[in-house]
Amino acid sequence: MTTGSQNRLERRGAVHRLLAERSADLLVVAGLGSAIWDAETAGETPLNFYLLGAMGSATPTALGLATAQPEKRVLALVGDAELAMGMWALATIGWRKPENLSVVCLDNGRFGETGGQVSHTGVNLDLAGVAAASGFQTVRRVNDDSGIEELRSLVMNGPGPVFGLVEITANMPPVQMPIRNGAIGMARFREALLGPDSLKE
Amino acid sequence: MVEAVDSSWKDQLYETIKTLKISQVVYVPDAGHAKLIDRCLADPDIDCFPLVNEFESVGVCVGAWLGGRRSCVLMQSSGIGNAINALGLVHSTGAPFFAVATMRGEWGEFNGWQTPMGQSIPRMLEAANIVVNRAETAADVIPVTEASGRLAFNSYLPVFTLISQRATGAKVF
Repeated sequence: MTTGSQNRLERRGAVHRLLAERSADLLVVAGLGSAIWDAETAGETPLNFYLLGAMGSATPTALGLATAQPEKRVLALVGDAELAMGMWALATIGWRKPENLSVVCLDNGRFGETGGQVSHTGVNLDLAGVAAASGFQTVRRVNDDSGIEELRSLVMNGPGPVFGLVEITANMPPVQMPIRNGAIGMARFREALLGPDSLKE
Repeated sequence: MVEAVDSSWKDQLYETIKTLKISQVVYVPDAGHAKLIDRCLADPDIDCFPLVNEFESVGVCVGAWLGGRRSCVLMQSSGIGNAINALGLVHSTGAPFFAVATMRGEWGEFNGWQTPMGQSIPRMLEAANIVVNRAETAADVIPVTEASGRLAFNSYLPVFTLISQRATGAKVF
């Protein structure tokens, strides 16, 4: 398989459309780095959990959340380098097959935050191919608005696990910092999802 | 062949998991954990699945805690190094993290390839501010593991129980 499509989406607009009219049943885990700014600018909510470190851990975190909350829909929103660093989580998702989990990878073929060096997906690595070979139920390559609309529906309605590879341009929209303290981010996520008594657990 | 040891703890560990109200058990398999893994896989109230490697265990357990679930990860000492980087996630969020690892590369080890990790991992964990509780003999395993779990979940700490080869039985060739 190749990723050689010519058309690419602008990342921020694509993420905002993906998260538009967002359901209260959707939980989002986003990883380093621009995926976080994209999610935060789409609308601040305690039901977004951000990993500003432990790179490679966003997708396994979404997996643990999805298995703990089978009645909710869970989205891992990750860049291609974040996902590549934790790529083995795709194989584990293929073993466990959580129907409510989606992984959406924003793929610009670059290490955008570190100077725009060409990443593995920018040469040969095909993360959608890896997801398909790992056993994801639904795999889509998206590079236009209608693809984003379909992916938005799949994130909410499955059948999962869903993998969406969104081919984006290498532009870097302005940074919007979220709450950076991981303990606060976790506490307010748990309070919003599980109720105030969860903070006493 | 394996050294003869009292292995009754291998059945009792499952009861410890239940006592600690753990409902997710993930593992990178080890022969020392085989009985526990089988019992967890057979329990419909425990979500039990394998990982490719130990790095993933941190995210999976923190994600489960985000969703209101207590979890435990089973691994072998030789792979703990794979988790060190990801364990920053636990320090940064204050989530509990509870691991039970069987040791290789120490007590009567026959395979020298196991010793670089086995000999250094307790100090590496301590350097990374991870609590290490060691079960040196078969009689230690259950009380040390239960205390480790209570410490992890009640005090929101990353805690490893390291089970010595003296308890699992070193392979003898």
